Parts: sequence; structure tokens; C-alpha cells
Amino acid sequence: MKIAVCIKRVPDSETRVKIASDGKSLDEAGVKFILNPYDEFAVEEALRRKEQAGAGEVVIVTVGSAAAQETIRTALAMGADRGILLQTDKIPADGLEVARALAAEVKDSGYDLILFGKMAIDDYNHQVGPMVAELLDLPCVTAIAHLEIGGGKGTAEREIEGGVELVEFPLPAVLTADKGLNEPRYPALKGIMAAKKKPLQVKPATLGAGGLEVLALTPPPQRKEGRVVGEGPAAVLELLRLLREEAKVL
Amino acid sequence: MSDVLAVLEQREGALRKVSSEVVTGARRLADGLVGRVEALVLAAGSVQGIDHLGGFGADQVVTLTNGAFGRYAPEAYTRVIADRAQAGGYRAVVFAASATGRDLAPRVAARLGVGLAQDVTDVAVEGGAVTVIRPVYAGKALLKLTLTATPAIVSLRPNVFTPVQRPKAGSAETVAVHAPAGRVVVTAIKAAAAGTLDVAEAPIVISGGRGLKEPANFKVLEELAAAFGGRAAVGASRAVVDAGWRPHADQVGQTGKTVSPTLYIAVGISGAIQHLAGMRTSKVIVAINKDKDAPIFKVADYGVVGDLFEVVPRLTEEIKKLHG
Repeated sequence: MKIAVCIKRVPDSETRVKIASDGKSLDEAGVKFILNPYDEFAVEEALRRKEQAGAGEVVIVTVGSAAAQETIRTALAMGADRGILLQTDKIPADGLEVARALAAEVKDSGYDLILFGKMAIDDYNHQVGPMVAELLDLPCVTAIAHLEIGGGKGTAEREIEGGVELVEFPLPAVLTADKGLNEPRYPALKGIMAAKKKPLQVKPATLGAGGLEVLALTPPPQRKEGRVVGEGPAAVLELLRLLREEAKVL
Repeated sequence: MSDVLAVLEQREGALRKVSSEVVTGARRLADGLVGRVEALVLAAGSVQGIDHLGGFGADQVVTLTNGAFGRYAPEAYTRVIADRAQAGGYRAVVFAASATGRDLAPRVAARLGVGLAQDVTDVAVEGGAVTVIRPVYAGKALLKLTLTATPAIVSLRPNVFTPVQRPKAGSAETVAVHAPAGRVVVTAIKAAAAGTLDVAEAPIVISGGRGLKEPANFKVLEELAAAFGGRAAVGASRAVVDAGWRPHADQVGQTGKTVSPTLYIAVGISGAIQHLAGMRTSKVIVAINKDKDAPIFKVADYGVVGDLFEVVPRLTEEIKKLHG
């Protein structure tokens, strides 16, 4: 089983967001970066599939700055075999540009599976995986929470509003992982040491002009200062009055 | 080149509620572009509910039928919608950022070779260009983007684009279409219990956290939800989903669902950033928590400090009176 896992280096969700002086991007000073949590599910799934098959290779691919090497090493410490960084100073706002760079890299490399997280927790773009599939004309199932593979095909479950879709597809395929797919392992010390010696190839990302242009990044409007209506069940009547007369939602 | 294609959703032949929101968003763009709205729905046969769409601003409603369109067929849907978008020369294509829309919109965008703004909370036309606003960084910032390619492809966050009456002709047309057999096949849908609303689409969401103390106590929230007469869904914080008290489908937050209900009631939830990321665009937020210093009170419009096991049943009682 040869599996590519496309990952992203993202700011930790606890990060305090400070907007850079250009008014269009995050000021990265002092920001802690992590492996996108949804990508951890994808890495874990790749490792389990390789272990199950008894042979194969798990290759980590990312588009990002030089600092993303650290994120690749995290995935290598979990157990992946090697990494490829498609280096660029700035990740484009347009997911299609990222998808094109990744598609060019994974194309014709004999992967049985190309895995992604269902979205990145920084930009919520929710699109690069299925775009890569479309560009490479591969079957694709997004946001999967359960996966079975055998005999050159797979069955996945994906959550939809009020239910779960059961989906069948042939390999090779592109899949994006949702929470619930598995419990990602923590890199052990041995894995962290081994990761330092694993191959990590760096090459320039080929990015074209995108179809999205960032106009501004701004803080969200402050929610009107909330107020405590009262304490205990005695506050319920006043709460209802406010919901009816002031907020007008009842 | 100023018309807008609104891609709607049906399940089992009935139009999904989010469809009127998609028409509303599409109408807003079409007004700015001085164009028409064509609403498009793919189905196995006729679709119930399309006759209301003229009221929300659809000039035309086209049903494309094929035996394989009853359930979501990713590859065939992509092909048919992309072909339609190209042939019709639309300036914009609008999807819902639903489970289906979030899967379908990127495929259509890639097929057409244009950018996509996913899960947007606002759309506008400024100087002839389509602009959108998207929450990013767990809702701690808003990104304003312009889509420079044609068609501009956007998907709308459910529950944000409140349908408004904007009567247009809404003339209906049904066309049987040919579609290629896809490799990816939805073989079945395991439906949740009848009558349960999904938290992502419910107008009222009541979420519980660790303050509920044990799984069985969610009954208190289910009773409150029931008092709202089928308009409310019960959600959960990450802590209780990770503890196995509630299914992941109910989780609100960064690693769960993003919700924007009219009314969000957080019960026994402290308000970690990862939870706020999933609910801060709710219209009105109520917090019930015994800890007066819980961060949830900072984002709540209205807070009640107290024991949820006393406050919630009282609230249920009063809501029942309102609806009784």
C-alpha cells in the first residue's frame, strides 16, 4: 500500500489572533504552529493501512514555508516514511492553487490512497482534497468517519445532516478524514529520534495566479456585551421576557 | 454574463430547507449584478417544495432528472452542474455549505478551473466584483475576499442567509438528462431517528457540556428541545463527545459542527475557544452555568448563573406554556 498524506501547518487554535500590518494576514510573531488536527486522523489512517497490508510506504506532502519541515517531522515521528515539502513563502488563499501544486506532485507516483484532513482549522477552506481528486480524475469521498478497504475497493461512512451515507469506491482514491475515523497516536521518543533521519525532500511549489484575492482580514464584530440576567430558576421569567421582547427570537 | 446559478438540495424528493437560503444568497448577488437567478435541483423525479422558490427570488427553477440522482452521486452531479454552469455563462454559482455542498462545490470549481469561497457568511457585489466574508482562525477573524474568476463559486453557511420574500416568476422546468455512471456510489443512508433535527440546521440549538455530569442527564436538555416543538436540536461540547456521552454528529465546535442558529443555549459549557469556534455566529446566545466566571458568559447575550438542574426544567416548563 503506497499512501500519500497531504498535511498543513496551522496555528494552534488557542492562538491569540493578531492581524499583520498589511491588514490581510495573520501576524505570525509568537504564534505556535501545529499539525492540522484533521490531518492527524489522515496520517494515523495511512499508518494503520500500511501496517495492516504488511508493506508499503507513507509519504507526507505539504505546501508551505520552510518552517513546515517541522510539521512534516511530526508526521514522520508518528511513523510515516518520508516527506516532501513544496516550498512557498505564502500559502495562497485560493485552495485550487494549492490543489494544483499537490496534484502535480502526487500524479503518476503509484499511490493507492491520497489522504487529507477534511479541512484545515485555520482557513476552514474545506476544499483541497476533492479538488486534487477532480484534477487527477480520481474517485473521492470527503469527511469520512469510518473506512474499510479490501480487494481493490473501499467502503466509507460520511456524516450528513441527520444521517450517515455509506459510500463505495474503487482504489486508487482520494479520501478526506473527519474526527472519529481513528484515535491518532502520539509520537513516541523513539519515533521522534527516528524522524530526524528520515528523508525530507524540499522543492519549490509551482503556484499559478489564483482566483481569489484577499481584501482584508479583520477582527470579528464584538458581540454586544452580554449580561447576566440573574441567578437560579428565578431568572427564567426575565430571560424569557428578554428573548421575546428584546432579542425577538421567541 | 450576470446571471446566478443556485444549486439546491433534495433528499428523497423533498427540497431541503437550506435551499431557500441558497436562493436568497443567489438573489442578493443577482441584484448586485443585475441578473437572473436560475435555481437548479438534481433529482430522480419531481421535487416537492420548489414552487415556493419564486417567492425567494428565483426567476426560474430547473429540475434535472436522472434515475441515479435520487441520492448524492458526486461524479455525475459534478459533471452535470459544471456543464450547466459553463453552457449558461453564469457569473456566479451558489451552493449550500452542507455535507453535500461542501463536497460538491470544490469538485465543480476544480472542474471549471476557478476559485471557491467555502462556508461564507456574507456575499456582496462591489464595483462589479463578487466579494464574500468567511470566518477564519476559529472565528477569531473575518476574511474578506474577492473572487476574480468567472464563475465565482461560493457556498453559504447554513442558517445565516435568512430567506426573505423577493417574488419573481419562479417558472418551473424539468429536463431529463444523461449522466455518466460514477465510480463513487452512495449505497445507503442510515438515517438518524425520525424527527431529529441536525444541529447544523436547527433554528434552535441547546448544547450540553461537562456540567451535565453524566450522559443520562442530557434528558433534561432533550425535554427542553421537545418543548420548542420540533424546532430545536440538542448539541454537545467536545468534552462530552470525547467522553463518549454523545455522538460526534452532535458536537458543536472546531472539531465538530459549525452552527448559526437563531437561538443557541449553552448549558453547563465553560466556553473553551474550540467550542466558541463552532457557535459564535449564532444570532442570540444564552448561557446557563453555575460558574459565574465561565468564559461562555463573555460571548453570551444573556446569562443565567445557577444550577442547570434547577434552571433548565423551569425554562422547559415556561416554554411549554408559551407553546401550549
